[in-house]
Amino acid sequence: MGRNQPWVRWEWIGDNRGQIWDQTVEHLQLTLIAVSIGFMLALGLSLLGIRFRRMYPAITSIAGILYTIPSLALFAFFVPITGLSKTTAEIGLVSYTLLILIRNITAGLDAVPPPVREAARGLGYRQPRLFWEVELPLAVPSIIAGLRIATVTVIGLVTVTSIISLGGLGLFILDGLRRDFLTPLVVGTVLTIALAATLDAMLLLAERQLAPSRRTARASR
Amino acid sequence: MIDFLGDVLTWLTDPANWEGQRGIGNRLVEHVLISAETVAIAAAIALPAGIAIGHSHRWPGLTTGVVNIARAIPSFAVVALALPFAIRLGLGIGYWPTFLALVLLALPPIFTNAVTAVRVVEPRVVEAARGLGMRERELLWQVEIPLAIPLILAGVRVAAVQVVATATLGALVGWGGLGRFIVDGFAVQDNVRVFGGALLVALLAVLTELGFAALARWRSPRGVAQTAVAR
Repeated sequence: MGRNQPWVRWEWIGDNRGQIWDQTVEHLQLTLIAVSIGFMLALGLSLLGIRFRRMYPAITSIAGILYTIPSLALFAFFVPITGLSKTTAEIGLVSYTLLILIRNITAGLDAVPPPVREAARGLGYRQPRLFWEVELPLAVPSIIAGLRIATVTVIGLVTVTSIISLGGLGLFILDGLRRDFLTPLVVGTVLTIALAATLDAMLLLAERQLAPSRRTARASR
Repeated sequence: MIDFLGDVLTWLTDPANWEGQRGIGNRLVEHVLISAETVAIAAAIALPAGIAIGHSHRWPGLTTGVVNIARAIPSFAVVALALPFAIRLGLGIGYWPTFLALVLLALPPIFTNAVTAVRVVEPRVVEAARGLGMRERELLWQVEIPLAIPLILAGVRVAAVQVVATATLGALVGWGGLGRFIVDGFAVQDNVRVFGGALLVALLAVLTELGFAALARWRSPRGVAQTAVAR
């Protein structure tokens, strides 16, 4: 990497606008698929853990081990089975979301005050309506806090998928390293951080919209 | 699949693969050494700073800010960007960019946990210690730090696991370590080497986590767990 190279050559950005856009979209797709699948799995596992308390430690231990395994190693494990494919990337990415999401979903649902649940039962709520209309909405702040952490974490990890020949903004980072060229390296990094900040802000806004306390506040106004 | 796992086992147990500079033995030692060195240096910087800020109870939003920013910066980007920096500083490729990146990545978790660890020490305990006539220095060393140890160690653990994981990426900036097997294996499409390398890295990360968990259980003062539960 030449010592006198500038950090950014603006012409490169102009010449590669199409490619930059495509990889940003690809990065976003890989992230959203992982977080959505991770969320569904985590919701199921959390409900299992709440219903059968004895299973909760086992569930979080396994999710904890998955979370501890380095991302490159986790991707590498599935290459012999699923090849250099999106499936390989998604299996790894989903694995990382589980611990974060299960902890937050469970904490959120656990924090629903028993009197609220009692009151809802008194008003005639039965499962599954009690869950969907009372418990889950009350757990929204904690769940979204988990989704924010999971999303930002996954956006960072997607950069690593470029090493197993997949797309996303990590391609620019890897390309910069291989060609001794700083511009793509800087562009890939800056856009990854920008993407993380944007999605984080959007989830924060979503929480403000969805949190029940706000909704009642607005209704009573 | 069974054949493949058999091949991996053969690769891992073949003494010839363990020998020499490019062997598993040396790569493992490199990986463990750089992880230990960088976590130690990061701790030497971040612990005094974190403990001092936690003790002062100033800048309440600082830890969340640091956590959020650190999370948004991909480790791969830190490793990659450390390369041009290391070259500009005349440190060359390979070891130093990896070293630089790992120290940077280890700082935030150690720092934020140290701040929080001291900050959340039960105020009544601190009051009581002051009431007994303890000076600030005694209060810090005899009350706050011992009570903060479990959370401080948790920060070091998070940093160590992350460093062991990210040291794998050092192979992309010309360094050795266990990541070499994964990266070189990919380059020549040798899935056995990729899988074997991944297995070693994963084991090392899990052992690091378990090792620190054991250390925390052993080093935590009695009664701290109860305080945490009662809170």
